[in-house]
Amino acid sequence: MSIRACFRLPYPAFTLDVDVDLPGQGITALFGRSGSGKTTLLRCIAGLEKAASGFLAVNGEIWQDGARRLPVHRRPLGYVFQEARLFPHLDVAANLDFGRRRIAADQRRVSLARAVELLGIGHLLERRCDRLSGGERQRVAIARAVATSPRLLLMDEPLAALDHARKQEILPYLEQLRDELEIPVLYVSHAPDEVARLADHLVVIDEGRAVTQGPLAEVLACVDPPLRLGDDAGVVFSGTVVERDAEWHLSRIVFAGGEVWVRDGGAAVGRRVRLRILARDVSIARSRHEDFSIMNLLPATVISHVAEDHPALALVQLRVGGTPMLARLTRHSAWRLELAPGQQVWAQIKAVAVVG
Amino acid sequence: MLNPSDLAAVWLTLKLAGTATAVLLLLGTPMAWWLARTRHWAKGVIGALVTLPLVLPPTVLGFYLLVLMGPDGMLGRLLAAGGLQPLPFTFAGLVVASVIYSLPFVVQPLQQAFEAIGEQPLEAAATLRANPWDTFFAVVVPLARPGFMTAGILGFAHTVGEFGVVLMIGGNIPGKTQVLSMAIYNHVEALEYEAAHRLAAGMLAFSFTVLLLLNALKPERVR
Amino acid sequence: MLRQLSLAVVLLSAASVHSDEISVAVAANFASPMQKIAAEFEKDSGHTIVASFGSTGKFYAQIKAGAPFEVLLAADDETPARLEREGEGVAGSRFTYAVGKLVLWSRREGFVDGKGEVLGRNDFHHLALANPRLAPYGAAGVQTLQALGLLEKLRPKFVTAESITQAYQFVASGNAELGFVALSQVYRDGRIAEGSGWIVPPQLHDPIRQDAVLLTRGRGRQGPTALLEYLRGEKATSIIKSFGYER
Repeated sequence: MSIRACFRLPYPAFTLDVDVDLPGQGITALFGRSGSGKTTLLRCIAGLEKAASGFLAVNGEIWQDGARRLPVHRRPLGYVFQEARLFPHLDVAANLDFGRRRIAADQRRVSLARAVELLGIGHLLERRCDRLSGGERQRVAIARAVATSPRLLLMDEPLAALDHARKQEILPYLEQLRDELEIPVLYVSHAPDEVARLADHLVVIDEGRAVTQGPLAEVLACVDPPLRLGDDAGVVFSGTVVERDAEWHLSRIVFAGGEVWVRDGGAAVGRRVRLRILARDVSIARSRHEDFSIMNLLPATVISHVAEDHPALALVQLRVGGTPMLARLTRHSAWRLELAPGQQVWAQIKAVAVVG
Repeated sequence: MLNPSDLAAVWLTLKLAGTATAVLLLLGTPMAWWLARTRHWAKGVIGALVTLPLVLPPTVLGFYLLVLMGPDGMLGRLLAAGGLQPLPFTFAGLVVASVIYSLPFVVQPLQQAFEAIGEQPLEAAATLRANPWDTFFAVVVPLARPGFMTAGILGFAHTVGEFGVVLMIGGNIPGKTQVLSMAIYNHVEALEYEAAHRLAAGMLAFSFTVLLLLNALKPERVR
Repeated sequence: MLRQLSLAVVLLSAASVHSDEISVAVAANFASPMQKIAAEFEKDSGHTIVASFGSTGKFYAQIKAGAPFEVLLAADDETPARLEREGEGVAGSRFTYAVGKLVLWSRREGFVDGKGEVLGRNDFHHLALANPRLAPYGAAGVQTLQALGLLEKLRPKFVTAESITQAYQFVASGNAELGFVALSQVYRDGRIAEGSGWIVPPQLHDPIRQDAVLLTRGRGRQGPTALLEYLRGEKATSIIKSFGYER
């Protein structure tokens, strides 16, 4: 179960030159700055870039081999564009049905009702498309793609055109899709918070090339080459809720190598949750201090440290038990602490976010 | 109120305009689609050719069509070789001439409508399993509906009002090629102003009503 | 189609004390002879002619609407009479400047015989003629057929042109095998220049009189009167005859 994508497409600004093996399940984020070529790669995979030469096999089926290509409309994929692209002459229900009624009955694994329910758009079916809010439009567009029972779902920055509140409104639906449908998703994004929350696998695209790829936690923790995410640098890993403290409204979460206390977000004991810790929220001490406000203090081993983009800063890679972690400090602090690989330190964690 | 030959002219005009409009839409749609979508080097040339009837004065265009369709003309010889009747002085000839004459009025609004639709809905339809023909009828045609309405109205109106071309290749045969504009012209030339006014007024009133109706039916631009 | 054709360069001759610019409306079928006559007239008189060629019916409408013509050389005798009756023409100024000759003509050599028997043979698809309601040549054609007893038989083959010019185009382009046209259209240097033709005997139809009339705008002006006088003269007459008209 995998997706092999190998494309070459020269553009005036850059040449897309990618050869990647992607998992055939879960959400794979194609992450990069705007103009890095990630959308172009997605369009190549959909077959929308007619000039691209290359090879594409999706879970054993060859979609393109050199100039021989399956036309877009014969590829069992769903595509969610950044701008929804609903058909203005059709109402919501007809938009939803547009793709579904064009596939053979025995290929329909996701019912219209299911798609409607997953995206919570039951109350919109009779609406005209120009009477939808931006968030509603995008949910309809996602449901429309899902209703074709795709064997691969391609999403091109589906949240980029939305404001923060609308984004928060849609993210739970996307998580629900990931958790309840077994459709592999390629998700193009330049927003680290979306990636941290949704992706299982991460491919970093820069200047038309795939520079790094791997499971999300590994790639995020990687400092060689560094991702250069600045304030967004950080790690994501999962843990299990083991205790909820009703008095202080806190939850205790155990992960490979330790445990942390977080704000109680309502997750029940036993639930697996995804945690995100930003590098700027982690500081390092050589000895254990308990006389300040930080409650999460974890023993860690220094793996390596590298300079950050700003000459004053350094990024330190740590390991807490089996879990990699990043800390950002000033180069001056790193020098004063005399940090060296293998050194035992204490990681002081100011904030942990439960991201899903 | 109208004498039988004027009535025949009215009926013939409606028949001609209706037939020509149908042929124009059938022919103009693929042409406009090609012009709107292609990056072929010949696009400019074909576009200019389609627009050319706008440049020539109608009687001049009619004269050249007469020559072209005549026994020595290219088209005339081609038809004769195919065992077909020559076109001048026939209803079919009028249809052919009207189609050539009104082509830019149909192709241009369609081309503009197609260009306004752009690539995006077509890509979306393709990712939703619609093949190109399916996309054309399920997405392009409904989105270009105002363009089709405009093209149809202009094609029809332009054929009703056409004079110079039918004058040249029609032969003014009552019931066969004598259309309304010819009938009015004949009345004017014969100094029968009374009859000319009646017909002209009728034609204006009819056309005004049709245009008004069509405009009322025209949907608000969907967006 | 009104084509304004300025024919002349102003010739200021010493002999001419007074020189007018004369605005003349000329029937389209008389264009060629008129150009020749105008050149001669300008040379002889020192006046200048500005001639417009077109259909007599349109000239009528334009004159009624105040068009600045001073002389009309019509394609018929009815329009000048009517203008005179309605006060646009100067009473007593009318005269026949040319009598048209009708010819049954085909582009094909030998198709039309010298007696017009081709009409009886009826082996053609289209017979072109000018609209008999509009053009005297068309009316003459119909009268000819009537006299020959062929009118009802041939009527379905009529293709009717708006003017005698267009009737000529129908035949010249080969779209109609034959047609009634003006002899002046096919006559050059004393013979039918091309194809075959039968000059219809004048007794088969009413004479095709083309009359000239002085219009009220030209009243009392020297130039227009001089032009009308010149048209009656010997020089003009021989030019007119050389183009296939009678006097």
